[in-house]
Amino acid sequence: MAKKLMKGCEAIGEAAVQAGCRLFFGYPITPQNEIPEYLSARLPQVGGTFVQAESEVAASNMLYGASGAGCRCLTSSSSPGISLMMEGVSYIAASELPVVIVNIMRGGPGLGGILPSQSDYLQATKGGGHGDYRCLVLAPSTVQEAADLVMDAFDLADKYRNPVLVLGDGLIGQMMEPVEFKRSTRLEDLPAKSWATTGCKGRERNIINSLYLDPEVLEAHNWKLVRKYEEMARTECRHEFWSPHGDADVLFVAYGSVARIAKTAIDALAEKGVKAALFRPITLFPFPGDALEKAAARVKHVLVSELSTGQMLEDVRFHLGKHRPVSFYGRVGGVIMTPDELVAEALKLAGKAG
Amino acid sequence: MYDEIVLAGFGGQGVLLIGKLLAYAGMKAGREVTWMPAYGPEMRGGTCNCTVVLSGRPIGSPISKSPHGLIALNLPSLDKFEASVRKGGIIVVNTSLINRMPHRTDVTVVPVAANEVALECGSGKAANMVALGAYLGASGIAELESVKAIVAETFAAKPKLVTVNHEALSRGFALGREKAPAGAVN
Repeated sequence: MAKKLMKGCEAIGEAAVQAGCRLFFGYPITPQNEIPEYLSARLPQVGGTFVQAESEVAASNMLYGASGAGCRCLTSSSSPGISLMMEGVSYIAASELPVVIVNIMRGGPGLGGILPSQSDYLQATKGGGHGDYRCLVLAPSTVQEAADLVMDAFDLADKYRNPVLVLGDGLIGQMMEPVEFKRSTRLEDLPAKSWATTGCKGRERNIINSLYLDPEVLEAHNWKLVRKYEEMARTECRHEFWSPHGDADVLFVAYGSVARIAKTAIDALAEKGVKAALFRPITLFPFPGDALEKAAARVKHVLVSELSTGQMLEDVRFHLGKHRPVSFYGRVGGVIMTPDELVAEALKLAGKAG
Repeated sequence: MYDEIVLAGFGGQGVLLIGKLLAYAGMKAGREVTWMPAYGPEMRGGTCNCTVVLSGRPIGSPISKSPHGLIALNLPSLDKFEASVRKGGIIVVNTSLINRMPHRTDVTVVPVAANEVALECGSGKAANMVALGAYLGASGIAELESVKAIVAETFAAKPKLVTVNHEALSRGFALGREKAPAGAVN
């Protein structure tokens, strides 16, 4: 398929269709409305169904039901709406169902604002709803990667029978870039789901449930989930290490749209005689901690930058240990740092601030 | 080659559309492109703008604090972005709606009466195309014919609009070319 110029949100919608998703449930909220808008027109063309739910809570529980019936299904929202969905997401994780959730983050807390933010990192990576569970979290940095990761998200959700969260922000969602859909899944090629509630004539009943009143059974279920998360950590960690100017003194650690801004800053720093590189986690859970440790071992300074007051920073500090100094630069509330701001921070660290 | 252009005007003047045309033309020329709308509260009734970046390499930040070019279709847009334009850059000023010239003396100013010219082409609504044509003429960042081909594709269902928009682009292009800084266009 030829390259098309698409908004991140539209590309996410098309990627879901190409991945074999035929059901969408959601409720409008800026800055991700182009996802439901796109799918409301696109899904009927491929025999799918678009449902605008009466609320985010309803949407997440519709997702729970559709996934239980074995369908590839999607919801999308933005920060406050994602909070509302957490009831359903916790049940989905407990019931071990594959769903894909897209969060195009905006500034918070509360209703916050509508401009880009990365302030839902902790919610996304540490569970989000109640109970001991995790979502697998993917963080795209370009429109192309958003499309690619949405397709991967459906496969990963099926593989682990676990919710997969694609975490973008208003910038990724609203920006247009060329995008190419590299593969298309035929529904008949999707793996069979022997656990799904598809009608039990001629076989044992399948039961989808998250209620375990026997504490020992519930405990065993919790540890079973943990083993799944450990398997993800062993096999699914992804990152990008970008070091175009040789051995770096300063290592930026940033994900999503901030990673793009860091790349512009890294090129500008090279012109000022400071070598910098970027470590970009692509999976936020599982966090690519081992790879980060290796990248950080080769540099003098580590600088984490986020559109938050320091959330991924906690994971970076955890993996690098308390003896390793880690600096931080964050902007919040919908304000996006400029490359110049990151250049200035790096120059301070390198002792070359003018 | 790395070009950042801010396109700004009232909501409804079509600045997002001409931004997309520019990005498309860049993409068809084999360049990396981004198009980023300002989707904040300022869109409601006030100014509307987008930033287009065209580059030979993957693009980092899709927004710019110091663009190479500005297309200002109304006064609030000129007021807001004039100071940010990089030294040596280009500002297209829609004199139909802007009653002052830029204060800057270190940039190339391209004044075009975009609304009047568009009316002469058959529709006042094509003022955005006149302004885009003027920017293409002054900067040479994309081929006029390539943008025209994209307009023909975009408005394939409405051939009348294609004629008007092509004429508006050409008229703007000629006006821009007169003001082109030395070396900007071949």
